[in-house]
Amino acid sequence: MKFTRKYGRAQQGFATSALPDVIFMLLFFFMTAATRREPDRLVAFTLPEASQAARIERKHVGGYIYVGTPLEAYQPQRGGGVQIQLNDAFREASDIAGFIAAERGAAYPSGSRALTVSLKIDEDVRMGVVSDIKQELRRADALIVVYSTSNKLK
Amino acid sequence: MRRRRRDIQEINAGSMADIAFLLLIFFLMTTTTSVDTGLLRRLPPMPDASQRTDGVDVRRRNVLELSLDGNDRLSVGSRQTDASTLKDAVKEFVRNPSDDVLKSEKEMKAIDGLGMYPVSKAVISLQHARSTSYKAYVEVQNEVAAAFHDLRDTLALSHFGKAYALLDADRQRSIRQAIPQNISEAEPADVDVKKERR
Repeated sequence: MKFTRKYGRAQQGFATSALPDVIFMLLFFFMTAATRREPDRLVAFTLPEASQAARIERKHVGGYIYVGTPLEAYQPQRGGGVQIQLNDAFREASDIAGFIAAERGAAYPSGSRALTVSLKIDEDVRMGVVSDIKQELRRADALIVVYSTSNKLK
Repeated sequence: MRRRRRDIQEINAGSMADIAFLLLIFFLMTTTTSVDTGLLRRLPPMPDASQRTDGVDVRRRNVLELSLDGNDRLSVGSRQTDASTLKDAVKEFVRNPSDDVLKSEKEMKAIDGLGMYPVSKAVISLQHARSTSYKAYVEVQNEVAAAFHDLRDTLALSHFGKAYALLDADRQRSIRQAIPQNISEAEPADVDVKKERR
């Protein structure tokens, strides 16, 4: 009687044969998620629409520049005007050269020049701000840019 | 008695792997949909201090001047238009089928896979003011890109019988050489301010 009971309890352990699969699944997920890390947004923006937009693989993009109005939580400190975000902080256009140098060092330790910079800019931002950024990028020799747009089906 | 109980409690673990793969594929699909989309452009390199003098000589008739003023009004040359007609204007300017002396010149060039082809020397110059909105700027960029996309597609269809996007890399390069997309991004000049000064 006692023996049969014990045997029955042993039957209740679940099958562990699928555990490796689950672990691999998690591994793959985190591998893909890790290469796609984007900094937390500090600014809000609506991207303009474009029908000719090409798909750009994230792994080719070396840096992101966000331009828009600060999120509500930051408005007391930063005001409601247009702000530039580089990585995790608010910055000025003059900080772009340093940012590009750092991103280039991280992406291409051998010193390749072809760094693609993705510009995520709100559609209502004035071109003056955008040209300042573009001038800084030219000065930093980061010439390939992506004007990020939202998808619009033809 | 004992045996029947065992049958009931056995969970079929063989399909667990399938479920795991299903989830894996699901996560892969959902994360890759967040690829960036955008217009890829190459900025002109910063001129050296020694090269300040205008080295590039582009003839006037080869330049299609697009300008956006501070209120997002578009003009092509000196004529005010809107973005919907821009695509056809750009196509017409680049193709110049009637060899109009006011539109772009063409130069016969030997191109791999196409033979001799009249390559247009057109340069699209995009001028904007500091107070132009980014939305209008991207819209114009998009229309110009659409015009070149159409031209390339037309050539690809007539020569290779396939749309540009479906060609292999070599043929795409030939098409790109035959129809180069020259967009010159002039430095911002405040169109409004200039007008006011005059």
